[in-house]
Amino acid sequence: MIKVTVIDYGMGNLRSVSRALEHCGAEVKISSDPKAILGTDRVVLPGVGAFMAGMSALKIRGLDTVIRQVAAAGTPLLGICLGMQMLLEESEEFGLTPGLGLIQGRVVEVPAHTPTGDPLKRPHIGWNELLAPGHGKGWKGSLLEDTPVGDAMYFVHSFMADPTLPEDRLADCLYGGISIAAAIKHDNVMGCQFHPEKSGASGLEILRAFLRRP
Amino acid sequence: MRNTRLIARLDVKGPNLIKGVHLEGLRIIGPPNEYAHAYYLQGADELIYIDCVASLYGRNNLDDIVLKAAQDVFIPMTVGGGVRSIEDVTHLLRCGADKVAVNTAAVRNPRLITEISRRFGSQCMVLSIEAKRVGRGRWEAYTDNGREETGLDVIDWVKQGVDLGAGEILLTSVDQEGTRKGLDLDLIKAVTNEVPVPVIASGGLGTAEHLVEAVKQGGADAVAMADILHFRRSTIGEIRQVACAAGIHARRVRHD
Repeated sequence: MIKVTVIDYGMGNLRSVSRALEHCGAEVKISSDPKAILGTDRVVLPGVGAFMAGMSALKIRGLDTVIRQVAAAGTPLLGICLGMQMLLEESEEFGLTPGLGLIQGRVVEVPAHTPTGDPLKRPHIGWNELLAPGHGKGWKGSLLEDTPVGDAMYFVHSFMADPTLPEDRLADCLYGGISIAAAIKHDNVMGCQFHPEKSGASGLEILRAFLRRP
Repeated sequence: MRNTRLIARLDVKGPNLIKGVHLEGLRIIGPPNEYAHAYYLQGADELIYIDCVASLYGRNNLDDIVLKAAQDVFIPMTVGGGVRSIEDVTHLLRCGADKVAVNTAAVRNPRLITEISRRFGSQCMVLSIEAKRVGRGRWEAYTDNGREETGLDVIDWVKQGVDLGAGEILLTSVDQEGTRKGLDLDLIKAVTNEVPVPVIASGGLGTAEHLVEAVKQGGADAVAMADILHFRRSTIGEIRQVACAAGIHARRVRHD
């Protein structure tokens, strides 16, 4: 059975993530212990909330260093929502705050207006469809290998990742004409802005792919 | 185009799912999680649990119910009723909730809205409003399940709440709630016109057409339904079909 450690750094949503992973057949540990995080098959960095609070919570526990070690060791690492945003280099939320720097790019606010100037509601809450980004690399062998284009996932966020390298974008979604990075990937480091653990059958499919991929 | 959310609302008293009229005269329906799981399988986009007596008795007993729901329900859950502090929020999130809905405690201490949104993000902070019509185009906010008046004008209070950091509004019409006569479209329109955050319309949905009105005429981003589901007068799947046929953009649901 695949062993997964869900990192506990005091920011919500752990139960849902771990339960969804169990439902998909994983043996799940929720932990902030570096040994449990380093000695496992898969690591999930969940997260709901503000970037600065999240990074501080990681740092206080020394988990920023541990997560960088996980990434360096080649262990598949999945950041979800705030957990994905923290994979990037920095965020503009409540002033510029450094992130984990595992994926190049910055976290920026979802724009207040559409490209045509209409007001755009924030946070972006709700189910939104996954689209393949322009680089045309497709989803084969990725988290999304069993996901049809256009499948809807549950999003809830006010900030969004803006990865520097176009090929790090795995999937986008369109919100008011704005293209939002819905899933990102760089080698063994993966992130989804949406909540697979809250996206019904479609989301569970993605977690199964995360458990299965080498 | 954003997807309109179809939300199942479960009002809970003690261990029971209940349903009232105008939030009063509560009738026991059954075990909340059996209903919750059924609505998940029907393709609900989200669940809302409200503890109806938590503020009155100064406690919240939803932890256990949410904890159990999180075992086999993999869609977002909003939990409200008796949320008074950052500690309450932390605890509910740990139990599996995604968002908290705050009414009474926010009226007593509006700073709580800011504290919750700063700590957990504004998307986690749902301001719950119980609105009673007090005149033409005017509504007053109530607390404690429509029992206590606050003197607050709903529109002013919603605007203040959003300024303080509320990321979403759960807007319940006490007048329409439980009547099956349709939602208060004027109220929904008045609120959606004023605030830039998503508004969940609640109270009065008797038919799928009422949902269509709330979205098309009221501008609601989501509609919460209870009575129509609890008494099995329709299912989320049927309501979704009617909504889609009426041109409302709602997600395609896949089943496991």
